[in-house]
Amino acid sequence: MVFFLIHLVPGDPVEVMLGETASNTDKEILRHELGLDQPLGTQYFRFLTGLIFGDLGRSLYEQESVASLILARFPATLELTLAAIILALTVAFPLGIVAAIKNRSWIDRFSLLFSLLGLSMPNFWLGPLLIIVFSIEWGWLPVSGRGTLAHLLLPSATLGMAMAAILTRMIRSALLEVLHEDYIQTDRAKGLSEKKVWLKHALRNSLLSVVTIVGLQFGALLAGSIITETIFTWPGLGRLTIQAIQTRDYPLVQGCILVIAISYLLVNLITDIVYRFLDPRISYGR
Amino acid sequence: MADRSALFLGVTILLLLVGTALLAPGIAPHSPTEQNLERDLLSSSREHLLGTDKLGRDVLSRILYGTRISILVGITTVTFSLLLGLVIGSVSGYFGGWVDQLLMRLVDILMAFPGILLAIAFTAVLGPGLDHVILALCLIGWTSYARLVRGEILALREKEFIHAAQALGGGPARVIVLHMLPNLLPPLLIQCTFGMAAAIIAEGSLSFLGLGVQPPTPSWGSMLNEGRQFLLVAPHLTTYPGLAIMITVLGLNLVGDSLRDLLDKKGK
Repeated sequence: MVFFLIHLVPGDPVEVMLGETASNTDKEILRHELGLDQPLGTQYFRFLTGLIFGDLGRSLYEQESVASLILARFPATLELTLAAIILALTVAFPLGIVAAIKNRSWIDRFSLLFSLLGLSMPNFWLGPLLIIVFSIEWGWLPVSGRGTLAHLLLPSATLGMAMAAILTRMIRSALLEVLHEDYIQTDRAKGLSEKKVWLKHALRNSLLSVVTIVGLQFGALLAGSIITETIFTWPGLGRLTIQAIQTRDYPLVQGCILVIAISYLLVNLITDIVYRFLDPRISYGR
Repeated sequence: MADRSALFLGVTILLLLVGTALLAPGIAPHSPTEQNLERDLLSSSREHLLGTDKLGRDVLSRILYGTRISILVGITTVTFSLLLGLVIGSVSGYFGGWVDQLLMRLVDILMAFPGILLAIAFTAVLGPGLDHVILALCLIGWTSYARLVRGEILALREKEFIHAAQALGGGPARVIVLHMLPNLLPPLLIQCTFGMAAAIIAEGSLSFLGLGVQPPTPSWGSMLNEGRQFLLVAPHLTTYPGLAIMITVLGLNLVGDSLRDLLDKKGK
């Protein structure tokens, strides 16, 4: 898909890279360098064989292998994404649970407002807003860079906000739904304490939807990291992708998108496996 | 009652936005592209209610004109994605078999990628510009409509009134358009409101990254991109365009959420 995206979308990548005014000779040289003068089948075969050996080609701008550039940046993106998930879960769990327990109270209304605002606030606005408040006005946290926990807070809050909003809403509604199930009534009839009913039985059964959302949202987080890393000059894969697009470094663009897409697919696969673990009734294949 | 008031609030926000988009030339106090380098980066004043940007352009006027871009992207993307999704989903669900398998695998492939990543990749290859943004968003947006339509048609296909329509000699196009489509409207309407919100955020994201609408055309995303360089001296360049995006998306989410809740209750 990534290969065909670069090769089959209308428009000539060579012309986009060199500009419309470039001479035909220059275009032919670059086309040959990129292997774009070969038949499409040959190009695809070379791309696939390269992929098997971890060869994603060479960056045109950095004059380095695409794989090594991506490998150097990937840990930073993973760190940011994981921090965003942790932050989202830390906010969503208590808020979602309390909102469900205190249904229709002020905290429930607050949780609904938080979810609605969190979903409506784009991260390319939230990031700069957080910088204005926490870095410029109050001077508490650094504007950009990577290294300490303080550097991680604003980017992960920016990236994790939408996920926190979705999770809060999901946990609240999953808990409210589970509470009407027969086994919860049985728990209460047996005389279990409310705390046990909520935490041990109701919450555990709502975990399945939480895992689904975390798995599905991981892709959104990886893609969202492109914007968040640009705002906070975070040295990860997302920023590398944008730099590659700006310098029209197509092998690098192709490599970055491929790695982000593969990571997304891998997380979806892991989510499916975790599902099975959480709910043994789910089976695949038959 | 809460659903209805949320719906009312959402619809009011959307009507105000559409009104602003249509009347922008009449209500904007200045030209959105007129530069005045002597009056750059001004904060709020009587002449410039939301201040000016680095080229001395009036921020309020640019935001008002920016509504046109967001509404245009939202409506165009949703319309084309919906039409494509309707056709593909209907064919897939109605005929089934290998046609269904083929079309749904295509949907699976496209849905295996995070949407905004594909949009970034498309615009990176096609080059920046409003038309390319709309094209990219349509190419990725139709899949969710196709899947929804296919699912609904699969369920409707077995209903008695559809068998009756077929027995009376109704061809596929007639049965789909006259008998199935009216039943698809409520879920599609909800999907459209969320699709529009997603398209507006995606356009903002692409313009923020410099891959969308190009200067001097005023777009909220590109205004935020320009404002990033002046966070320290002119935070108003970031605050107001972002607020405009948030209010728009909030309006659409309110409408989508309350319509879904109302239809859920009706279904029960």
